Amino acid sequence: MKIYVPLDSAAKALGADEVAEAIRAAARSCDMDVQVVRNGSRGMVWLEPLVEVERDGVRLAYGPVSVADVPAILDGSAETLGPVEDIPFFARQTRLTFARCGVIDPLDLDDYAAHGGLAGLRRALDADPAAIVQDVTDSGLRGRGGAGFPTGIKWKTVHDTPAAQKYIVCNADEGDSGTFADRMIMEGDPFSLIEGMAIAGRAVGATRGYVYLRSEYPVAIAVMNAAIDTARDAGLLGDDVLGSGVAFDMEIRVGAGAYVCGEETSLLNSMEGKRGVVRPKPPLPAIEGFMGRPTVVNNVLSLATVPVIFERGAAHYADFGLGRSKGTIPVQIAGNVKHGGLFETAFGMALGELVNDIAGGTATGRPVKAVQVGGPLGAYFVPDEFDTPFGYEEFDGAGGLIGHAGVVVFDDSTDMAQMARLAMEFCAVESCGKCTPCRIGAVRGVETIDRIVAGDAAAAGLLSDLCETMTDGSLCALGGFTPYPVMSALRHFPDDFGLHREAAE
Amino acid sequence: MRQHLPQPSAGDIQPLIDRHLAQEGPLLPILHSVQDAFGHVPEAAVPMIAEALNITAAEVHGVLSFYHDFRDVPAGHHVVKICRAEACQAMGGAALADAALARAGVAWHGTSANGAVTIEPVYCLGLCACGPAAMVDDRLVGRMDAAQIDAILTEAGA
Ligand SMILES: Cc1cc2nc3c(=O)[nH]c(=O)nc-3n(C[C@H](O)[C@H](O)[C@H](O)COP(=O)(O)O)c2cc1C
Ligand code: SF4
Ligand code: FES
Repeated sequence: MKIYVPLDSAAKALGADEVAEAIRAAARSCDMDVQVVRNGSRGMVWLEPLVEVERDGVRLAYGPVSVADVPAILDGSAETLGPVEDIPFFARQTRLTFARCGVIDPLDLDDYAAHGGLAGLRRALDADPAAIVQDVTDSGLRGRGGAGFPTGIKWKTVHDTPAAQKYIVCNADEGDSGTFADRMIMEGDPFSLIEGMAIAGRAVGATRGYVYLRSEYPVAIAVMNAAIDTARDAGLLGDDVLGSGVAFDMEIRVGAGAYVCGEETSLLNSMEGKRGVVRPKPPLPAIEGFMGRPTVVNNVLSLATVPVIFERGAAHYADFGLGRSKGTIPVQIAGNVKHGGLFETAFGMALGELVNDIAGGTATGRPVKAVQVGGPLGAYFVPDEFDTPFGYEEFDGAGGLIGHAGVVVFDDSTDMAQMARLAMEFCAVESCGKCTPCRIGAVRGVETIDRIVAGDAAAAGLLSDLCETMTDGSLCALGGFTPYPVMSALRHFPDDFGLHREAAE
Repeated sequence: MRQHLPQPSAGDIQPLIDRHLAQEGPLLPILHSVQDAFGHVPEAAVPMIAEALNITAAEVHGVLSFYHDFRDVPAGHHVVKICRAEACQAMGGAALADAALARAGVAWHGTSANGAVTIEPVYCLGLCACGPAAMVDDRLVGRMDAAQIDAILTEAGA
């Protein structure tokens, strides 16, 4: 009998290791033949630890499982949630990037290949590099790190820039609150990222890759390191990738707890052993990146989506989506929700459908007050705006951003003035210090919000001015976008700041 | 108990530096290795790193001070990192954190008087769908409640 118990961080944080151990011990004591597979998470975090028992080729789900439930699961008397694929939250998804996550043993390369893995890389190794770049362009894939820049165009710049050494750098800094998709795919399907990076290397002529992975993710670091070792042993990495004569190798670099190092130029400075200060652009990293050489910097999800594009074809991917937002987006539903987790779907679903329908509203059962989309620099949306469809342009048009597609839900007990204050405080703590509006402005922002809350209504104008200065005068989005959450909170919830509606406008 | 380990010698530190010298951009990997070994980056390591990388000691200090992860003095026996970011706040993380700080008698970054526990803020552990979240040394904790954080601190000796 095969039993799946996730090794995913969220599952571990909810007791998966203890459950796995209890299953092994119970099986030993009653002499049952049980193979425990530590898979990735299926993404239904409210059901974690979600244990799957394979019976007659069907994987029956149980969850959330505690150690006390183990005997009943083993003897078949426990009540099952049914086959994982039939759970509505799962059944309603379109899984392309996450197709294998939670299904396979993350560190078993044969299992990976048996589920479509390596087909994309094999195709790419036979293709002309310029044609690979064209395919990525045709797929419509846009950067999932936040800015939504077309991945094919970035690759073309690096492809067209001659150099003796080029690099693929994967941005796995995932600092945005409410996001965990990068972590999940690295823990649950690490070979997809490795394969995506190898394809990128082939496309642009880069032979070295790095994954800059935040130190807050010890499980992802361990899984990725093990996967790289396995890939190297199997000839997927090294001087002769899958016998093609093409070289590509990679290593993990661990971050050091600085949010701003998710910004690509700060990240490159950090990798070079410097303070993670943001560099002015130009030069673009695509032309002068790591060690001054042409470098592709892409988010984990951008790179991990490349294999499926080559496996199934650019047109297949581009068929999904809405307008210029093509393909699927792994939405991360977090905060105060009944059904939190990872929900991959074609672009275009309305925000309200995600929050009310998919996530089932709040965990506390109270009304939704606000939803922050796109991490700590994203705007707060209110239920009146729930018809906004999930798409880059659509969110931009509504005064917000998709960012890395985190959706954080708050109920009506939330004090939005405190959330605005947190945004400013975070900016002050994490500012790289390069520009004054961000470095000083964020500290003033905290003070100004405190003044407003203490009853100084006139300070509201000051806060607006300050935000305008930050928006206009900041080099990067940390200082430039912090006004989004602050001003949207102020606009929608002046009462929380002790203001009358007119004063906030 | 706060650890009073003997200061590491040059002989302890040098191999941790040397092992990374072939890497491109070796400074962060070196600092991580040194901190992993000693729980902090001892002052004695700074000139050695500077020398090995042919940069100034001031530059090494500059890098050390930029990143939240690195410490120049040892932490308490256990480090409890509590998430302060939005998704955990949506689940009542702020009140839990306040209770934990009060219970240990410290402010953020502080170490309890007996040296048992240091409490650090962290901005997201990627456990945002099962908050409030924390990390106790290397162990992750999700859906944390008041009783749990209390038990964690008791176990840690705060
Ligand atoms: C303050 C700040 C933090 C960022 N953090 C991340 C991050 O954690 N992960 C990420 O992929 N991109 C992050 N970005 C965006 C990167 O600068 C860059 O656009 C991205 O890595 C490019 O990859 P993509 O085109 O695949 O999205 C951040 C940007 C800013 C301004
Ligand atoms: S906006 Fe802030 S984080 Fe960004 S470059 Fe300026 S000081 Fe650094
Ligand atoms: S916001 Fe707390 S773990 Fe992400």
